[in-house]
Amino acid sequence: MTRLHQFAFFDEGSKKEIRRTILKAISIPGYQVPFSSREMPIARGWGTGGLQVTLAIIGQEDVLKVIDQGSDESVNAVNIKKLVEKTTGVTITEKTAEATIIQSRHRIPEQTLTEGQVLVLQVPAPEPLRSVEKSERQTKILHAEEEYSGAWLQLFEQIMKYGQTNTGADHPVYVAGRYVMAPSPIPRFDNHKMNHSEALILLGAGREKKIYAVPPYTDVRSLAFEDYPFTVESFATEACHLCGATDTYLDEIIDADKDKVYYQCNDSHHCLERVNGVIEGKGDISYA
Amino acid sequence: MHDEPILKIQRLEKVFGRGCSHCQHEDTRQLEKNFCPYCGTVYACRNISFELFPGEILGIVGESGSGKSTLMQCLYFDETATGGEMFINHEDFKGKNIFALSNQQKRNVRNHILGMVYQNPTKGLKMNFSSIGNIAEKLIAAGNRHVGEMERVGMELLDKVHIPLFRMKEEPKRFSGGMQQRVQIAKALSNYPPILFLDEVTTGLDLSVQASVLDLIKTIQREMGISMIVVSHDLAVIRMLADRTMVMLNGEVIEAGLTDQVLEDPQDAYTQQLVYSLL
Ligand SMILES: Nc1ncnc2c1ncn2[C@@H]1O[C@H](COP(=O)(O)OP(=O)(O)OP(=O)(O)O)[C@@H](O)[C@H]1O
Ligand SMILES: [Mg+2]
Ligand SMILES: [Zn+2]
Ligand SMILES: [Zn+2]
Repeated sequence: MTRLHQFAFFDEGSKKEIRRTILKAISIPGYQVPFSSREMPIARGWGTGGLQVTLAIIGQEDVLKVIDQGSDESVNAVNIKKLVEKTTGVTITEKTAEATIIQSRHRIPEQTLTEGQVLVLQVPAPEPLRSVEKSERQTKILHAEEEYSGAWLQLFEQIMKYGQTNTGADHPVYVAGRYVMAPSPIPRFDNHKMNHSEALILLGAGREKKIYAVPPYTDVRSLAFEDYPFTVESFATEACHLCGATDTYLDEIIDADKDKVYYQCNDSHHCLERVNGVIEGKGDISYA
Repeated sequence: MHDEPILKIQRLEKVFGRGCSHCQHEDTRQLEKNFCPYCGTVYACRNISFELFPGEILGIVGESGSGKSTLMQCLYFDETATGGEMFINHEDFKGKNIFALSNQQKRNVRNHILGMVYQNPTKGLKMNFSSIGNIAEKLIAAGNRHVGEMERVGMELLDKVHIPLFRMKEEPKRFSGGMQQRVQIAKALSNYPPILFLDEVTTGLDLSVQASVLDLIKTIQREMGISMIVVSHDLAVIRMLADRTMVMLNGEVIEAGLTDQVLEDPQDAYTQQLVYSLL
């Protein structure tokens, strides 16, 4: 078989450069390392940052899973999988436990990741201070001097306006007690999964040309005031209508015909595994 | 005065530009006003030394371009002084030249010991954040992480500067110029700084509004005993507020003394011109 491209799309020089960036990012947890983001055959803003990271680290032995908003089958996830499969020939999987590399947008899988796995998150907006400081030069100085009043101020404003912090997603975190980091638009529900994660977490922003990382077993704390503790999305007493889960992140689905609202696991693969009895969790329904 | 000065500045210098063979040596340089005609380097502040005593208001007066704002910005570390020393009588910084500290340490000094009210409110306030949020920003920078407490302090100060509390969640961009200056004052006071800098706080305000802001400053100084440096090119403001006054021209202090003396019996020819032309 003749390949149209190099293994993993990039030439070796490009991969080397991205890997060097990744190594630096791992050495300084939470610090955004600039890199020369490349043109990709998918549009910027559609996961090119994550994709470049994945392509730079992937080897023939790797097994890849790609998810978008919790689903393995969304168009965006499928496109990325196709590209990687075509240029590397690696095995693609939907099973979280089986994957060595998991590229994701908007979610961290429900099933706890383990040592040796790498989670690659796609990041649209890597700078947690951007909405209070427009200049990149200034935000660089603020990070260098660990001056994070701006990040706290945004949370304070939300409390003043809404009575609580209402970061829908991307709630800022303190990494290793030093850098404040945007965890990418994952729900707050997923923030704690970063704390002391056994898996290496790499975050790539293609348009903004930044790579940053949370090495395994790193302290990751969500920003919260003393009298307004960090809270995650709550689904009250709801459970997944398919697998019965009460400990997962649920999507609200509105059935217009029946004028009914029901809930369903956002992580579709995890839900399926529970229905099939492959994995267990809180609220399991017995189909026996 | 018998007290130790709370702030002591020695030979402060601020130069914009690299200088050239014509202007590098202090003794031989021939400036045009405050800049070198050969290379264009601006000597915005030169050889400025003074002391500020506890509870005192020190006035700085001078024409446009004389270096007043530049001096304030060096004292608040918005600009880096290119020479000189700054000492603060505070247990954590005794005997240390503050200008020689790291940026992080300077931030610390600024967040805990200093307050600043800028000539232009857009420099001192985030116009798209709530007024209470603007005050909280300074408290957060000083390490506070308790929303309820910051809200309480913020409300107390907004009340003190006569901003109606039902407007505390409004953005300063919706306020009048006088109100914006009062929010700035509340913010500058939020960490109860022993030293406060005020740069042309009343410039551009209506006369009646000016009077109320000046009244407020005087009251705060009396009640809180804060030491202040008040910059203005308006002699009336200086006369009303300042115990002592320095006159600046072309980046230098040309006369200093008790405000009454400086304004009633000026020694320097320029000051005489300044005072008599305005009387
Ligand atoms: N960033 C800069 N680069 C070069 N020159 C500067 C800079 N900032 C200020 N200057 C110069 O420094 C001098 C002092 O300016 P400054 O703003 O301190 O004067 P001022 O006394 O506050 O005047 P005003 O009464 O108009 O506010 C001026 O000649 C000004 O042009
Ligand atoms: Mg000025
Ligand atoms: Zn489910
Ligand atoms: Zn010169």
